[in-house]
Amino acid sequence: MSGATTVSEYQATHTVPGRMGIWWFLASEIMVFGGFLAIYILYRMASGGAWAEMANHVSAPIGTFNTIILLTSSLTMVKAFEAIDNEKRKQATNFLLITVILGLAFLGVKAFEYSSEIALGFTPLSGTFWAFYYALTGLHGLHIVAGVIFNASLLVMAMKGTLWPNTQHRVEYAGLYWHFVDIVWIFLFPLLYLSY
Amino acid sequence: MTEQKNAENGHSEELSFWRKYVFSTDHKVVGKQYLFIALFMAILGGVMAYYMRWQLAWPETAVPGAGWIPEPTAFGGIIPPEFYNALTTMHGTIMVFFVGMPFLLGAFGNFLLPLMIGAKDMAFPRLNMMSVWTLFLASLVMIASFFVEGGAASAGWTGYAPLSADPIHTGVTWGLNLWILGLALEFTSFLMGGINFLTTTITMRAPGMTMYRLPLMVWMQITAAVIFMLSVGPLIAGAILLLLDRTVGTGFFIPELGGDPLLWQHLFWFFGHPEVYVVLLPGFGAIMEILPVFSRKPIFAYKTIIWSTIIAGALSFLVWAHHMFVSGMDPRLAMPFSITTILISVPFAVVIFAFMATLWGGSIRFTTPMLFALGTVMTFIVGGATGIFNGSAPVDIFIHDTHFVVAHFHFTLFPDVFLGGFAALYFWFPKMFGRMMNETLGKIHFWVTTIAFNAVFIPMFVLGLGGSMRRVYNPLQYDFLKPMQGINEFITYAAIVLLLGQFIFMFNFFWSMFKGKKAERNPWNATTLEWSVSYPIPHDNFATIPTVYHGPYEYSLPGNKSDWQPQHEENEPVSG
Repeated sequence: MSGATTVSEYQATHTVPGRMGIWWFLASEIMVFGGFLAIYILYRMASGGAWAEMANHVSAPIGTFNTIILLTSSLTMVKAFEAIDNEKRKQATNFLLITVILGLAFLGVKAFEYSSEIALGFTPLSGTFWAFYYALTGLHGLHIVAGVIFNASLLVMAMKGTLWPNTQHRVEYAGLYWHFVDIVWIFLFPLLYLSY
Repeated sequence: MTEQKNAENGHSEELSFWRKYVFSTDHKVVGKQYLFIALFMAILGGVMAYYMRWQLAWPETAVPGAGWIPEPTAFGGIIPPEFYNALTTMHGTIMVFFVGMPFLLGAFGNFLLPLMIGAKDMAFPRLNMMSVWTLFLASLVMIASFFVEGGAASAGWTGYAPLSADPIHTGVTWGLNLWILGLALEFTSFLMGGINFLTTTITMRAPGMTMYRLPLMVWMQITAAVIFMLSVGPLIAGAILLLLDRTVGTGFFIPELGGDPLLWQHLFWFFGHPEVYVVLLPGFGAIMEILPVFSRKPIFAYKTIIWSTIIAGALSFLVWAHHMFVSGMDPRLAMPFSITTILISVPFAVVIFAFMATLWGGSIRFTTPMLFALGTVMTFIVGGATGIFNGSAPVDIFIHDTHFVVAHFHFTLFPDVFLGGFAALYFWFPKMFGRMMNETLGKIHFWVTTIAFNAVFIPMFVLGLGGSMRRVYNPLQYDFLKPMQGINEFITYAAIVLLLGQFIFMFNFFWSMFKGKKAERNPWNATTLEWSVSYPIPHDNFATIPTVYHGPYEYSLPGNKSDWQPQHEENEPVSG
């Protein structure tokens, strides 16, 4: 980005544009997921027993397992950022690697979960709950995919050593995004897995 | 790669044609690209309006100039009901999302914002380039939707479910899917643009350019960006659900499958009402720049204007259900939403009064931009005042979905997008293209446009009060509307004059671009930073970043010999 090198020459304030851009981006994302969850909650409140019957068939243990995976990946992401801050390149690379692996693990578990649910006959057409389940986790899953791709590209740069000295701040931006996706899941997990 | 580096470092070394004019990261080029997309889409929207107006005046007769449309879209120039519905839908969608936003936010926001705050470019130049090309793609998708099997979207520009949720109702299949996709791309484009506007304004202002020294145009652009960013999210979620209903077969908005069609209306208008202010504020921003320049007076109540628009922006999130008084929602919601709607007219009245107070006692110069600016204020007042009728539930129940509503929102959006947009274009044309637009042609264009516009939409209020429903294909089907058919014919004549009048503009625009009088650096003796650089403005705008000493509207200062004080000059200027 042009940000790190040229901006300092003429910038009037000390806020880094990249960081602020990410925050505005997350603000718009909050409204997308916030709106989505509001729609979901309104439907949940307006419907009765049939919903509980449908929602009873998701697997809370698998969901819990995935929650732990994602929370751990957030921790390793912070560790990667911390290592960047402390100029520990090897450590930063390792933590980025773990974050990417955990992201892929989340997607793998999710894929297993989808296939076992579809095998049992629960598709997006099996009622409003299931339609929401696939729409919400699907949109969240796409965000995870995007995050994994972004993190993996940083990992490749870190392994080649090209991440430094100009682009290491991107780990912070990737981290902000990754934590956001994680927080979305923290809302999704109780609303979807514990809503019966 | 080296070219890209040069562009980013702001060296004005020769770039290839493609990097300079097509895939450019220069905010000025990006702004012009937005401008041309908007003008092209405006022609499309205008032609659609003409087809609709002809059908309403002389139903089911061959429309002159529509003979080329192949069957089964039209039959030898005769427009069938399905195509008429597609026309109303696409006219609205195109004019709001592909003309209003690119014209006012895209073109003028991009072109002016870095110049006005004294920055070398946007904070994220490549994101800026992506935003305009995403809009280009969105426009192509929208245009393509006319050519797919079943025709373009025809569920209204509001896309109400279940009409839009199941192809069985309209017969439109891919047309409506592409409509959703095109809108999604458009939203993405303006989210990218908004992130850029906000980040640039907050982080890259020139030394001395405090937030309260920003030109109001910049304030309006960033306020609009925030409003858009915070309102569009739920509709994006809703659009995903609508697309799933249409393609996968879920039933989020289909009652038979356990869905709730009213929810779409809530989501649409939670976005839709803030959206009209997203379009409105930058148009007003242009007016706020133009009125002081040609009154030779500081704008009245600078900070009050800023805070009024921010309050109006916040209130705009609490008014959406005034579009839904007769939709079958809980009637207890009618009163609170009536109250918030009438409340929101207060900050806008403050802004309008500030405009009038700016003019009061000024030495007014009736240049073309000033005429358009005054025309904007004058016509917008009619639109704003009739909004209070629509916002009161008891009145709205009577006039809902009639041509009164159509006249009302054209009286708000037309002055803002077209009169305000033209004011801005005539005003900043010298900075964009280095030449002046022709004043005589500009004035003729103004009078034709304003008079014809009023001749179209004032009678439409009458039509609406007489009970004429909007989106009706053939008004002659109804006996009680037959006596008013003369009004319909008059409106269509006026609409044709309005559209033909734009040829004056098109000629003036292209002729002036190449043959117009060469513009001086600061032809209007204006104070803001964009007038401190000469055409052609280099890629990095300012050779040295200016230091700002004054507010944006220091005109006719007591004790000064000249009647303007540029923002970047510590002392009085010696000459223009």
